[in-house]
Amino acid sequence: MTATPATLAAPAARAARRATRARRPGGPGAGRRTAGRALHDVVVVLLAAVVVGVPLWLVLVTASKTTAEAARPDLSLPTEFALGDNLRQVVDQGEVLLALGGSLLVTVPAVVLLLVLGSAASWVLARRTGRWNAVLYTVGISSIVLPPAVITTVLTVRSLGLQGTAPGMVGVYTGMFMGTVIFFVTGFARNLPIELEEAARLDGTTPFQLFTRIVLPMLRPVIATAAILTTLSIWNEVFYTFFVLGGGDTTTLPLNLYKVASAAQYVNNWNLIFAYVVLMSLPMIIVFAVAQRRIISGVTSGAVK
Amino acid sequence: MATTAPAPARTAHAASGRAAAPAPRRRRAVSYPSWMLWPAFAALLVFFLVPTLLNFVYAFTDWSAFKQGFGFVGAQNFQRLFADGSLLSSLRVTLVWAVLVALLQNGFGFVLALLLEGDTRVNRGARIVFFLPVLLSPLAVGYVFQALLRPDGALNGVLGALTGTDVSIAWLGSTTWTIVVVSVVQAWKWMGLSMLIFMAGLKTMPTDVLEAARIDGASWWRTLWSVRFPLLAPAVTFNVATALLGSMNGFDTATALTNGGPARSTELLNIFIFRTFGQGLYAQATTMSLVLFLTVVIVALPVILYLRRRENVL
Repeated sequence: MTATPATLAAPAARAARRATRARRPGGPGAGRRTAGRALHDVVVVLLAAVVVGVPLWLVLVTASKTTAEAARPDLSLPTEFALGDNLRQVVDQGEVLLALGGSLLVTVPAVVLLLVLGSAASWVLARRTGRWNAVLYTVGISSIVLPPAVITTVLTVRSLGLQGTAPGMVGVYTGMFMGTVIFFVTGFARNLPIELEEAARLDGTTPFQLFTRIVLPMLRPVIATAAILTTLSIWNEVFYTFFVLGGGDTTTLPLNLYKVASAAQYVNNWNLIFAYVVLMSLPMIIVFAVAQRRIISGVTSGAVK
Repeated sequence: MATTAPAPARTAHAASGRAAAPAPRRRRAVSYPSWMLWPAFAALLVFFLVPTLLNFVYAFTDWSAFKQGFGFVGAQNFQRLFADGSLLSSLRVTLVWAVLVALLQNGFGFVLALLLEGDTRVNRGARIVFFLPVLLSPLAVGYVFQALLRPDGALNGVLGALTGTDVSIAWLGSTTWTIVVVSVVQAWKWMGLSMLIFMAGLKTMPTDVLEAARIDGASWWRTLWSVRFPLLAPAVTFNVATALLGSMNGFDTATALTNGGPARSTELLNIFIFRTFGQGLYAQATTMSLVLFLTVVIVALPVILYLRRRENVL
C-alpha cells in the first residue's frame, strides 16, 4: 500500500480543487457551486446506472429466472427466483469446478513464473549497461507490441508434447506476458537507489542473496502491479486456450463458458449462461473488492511517468 | 569491467572501504549474474520468439490436417487468400474495428475522467462502477450484449416502452453498422481502464502551470484544451497504443457477440484464424497470422512513434 495514499489522495484532492475552482466552503458563489455539484452528482449516478448498471442488472435478473422466462431476456424482475437452481445446474452439468481447477492450474503457476523469472531478469537488465544489454531489453519487451503467432505457438507446444495440458498453457502465457513484466519491473528497478546494493556487496553478499534480500523487497510495489495485470489478463484469456487446450482434458472457465454458451444457445438458456457468467466473474470481483486501491494505483502506474 | 575483482571486502573492512572510496570500479566488477537472465529469456525464446520465426516459414507451406508432412509452395497461400477476398476483407474489418475501438474507448474514458475527477464520495463510487467491466471476461461481455441487442432483446424492449411502439431493430444484423456496434461494446468494456489512466495523468500535472493558467484568468475549457490536454500526452500515448494493439489482437468480444457475422462483416483476423484452423487449413491460418503480425508492425509502430514524438515536442 506504500504508493497508494501519495499517488491517489493528496494530489487528487488538490487537482480537483484547482480544476473546478470550487469546493471551498463559504467562498464567493458557494451556493451556486453546491447546486452545480448536486447536478453533477445526479448526472454521474444516472450515467453509471444506465451505462454499467443496466447490463449488469440484466445479468443478475436473467440468471435468477427460470428457463422459460429467460428465453426472451429483458430487464424485468423474475417472477420466480431461480438463481440457486440455475447455479446448481451450471455447477452440476457445466463442469464449472473442473474449469475453475483448470483456470487456477494455469493462472497461478504462470503468474508465479512470470514474476520470479521476470523480476530476476529485470534487475540484471536494469543494472547492466552496454549495447548487448539494450538489445536484450528490446527483445525482451518486444512481445508487448508484437502479436504472438498463435498457430506456430501451438506447433511448438505440440512438439514439446505439451498440447492440451496445463503446463503447455503456462508456458505459452509465460512467453506472452514476460515482456509486460520485464517492461514494468525494469523501469521501476532503474530508479531504485543503488547505494543499498553497493553497501551490501561490500559486506560480501553474493548477487543472488543481494537480489532476494535487498532488491526484491524494494520491488514489491511494481511486482504487485505486474501480478495484477498478468492475473487479470490470463484469467479472462480465451483465444489461446482454444488452440492449446482444445481437445485436451484441461479446460478453463472462459473456455468452458464458450462450450456451455454454444451448446445452450440453441435452446436460449440465457439463465444458465448468465448464472455461469456470475460464477466466473466473482473471483475477479472479490479480488478487486479486497485490493481495490492497489489495483487502481497498479494499473495506472505504468502509464504515466 | 575488464579488471578482475579482488575478493570483496569482508564485513570488518566494509566501513573503511567505503570511506577510502577506491571502490567504484571494484564494486561494478562484482557483476549482475547472467544466469538470472536466462530462465526468463528461455521462456521468451521457446514460447514467443521461435513461434514468431516459424510463422515466417509455415506461411509458405501447404501444411494442413489432411496430409502427412508439408512442402513449400511459395506465396501461394497469400495469392489464394488475396484472390478469394478474405485477406482484404478481414484486414479491413480489423483495421476499422481497431481505429473505432481506440477512438471510442479513449473518448469515453476521457469524458469519464473529467467528469469523475473531483475527489467526492459519489465520484469515487462511480469510478469503481465504471471499472467493473474491465474485470469481466470479454467473452462474458459479448454474451451480455448479445442478450441486450437481440431483436427481441432488452434494449429494443426499453425503446419500445419509451416510444410506445414495437421496436425490433436488428442491432447485430447489419453488414455495415454491426462492426460499429461491436466496437462500442469493446470500448464499453475497456473505457474504465482509459478513464483511470487519464485520471492519473490529470492528477500528476505540475500544479504551478495550472496555477499560472488560473491567475491568467483562463476559463475551464481554455485550461483544458491549451494546458491540460497537451500535458496529458503520455497518458494519450499509452491509451491509444494499448487500445490499438489490444484490439488488433481482438477476438473474444466479437466472437461471443456476432461470431464474425453477419456475412463475415465483423470477422476479425483472429476469428478468421480460429475458423480456418478449426477446418484443418493450418497453412492458411498461419498465413493470416503472419498478415496480422506484419499489419501490427506496419500500422501500430509508426502510430506509437508519432505519439511519442509529439510527447517530446510538448
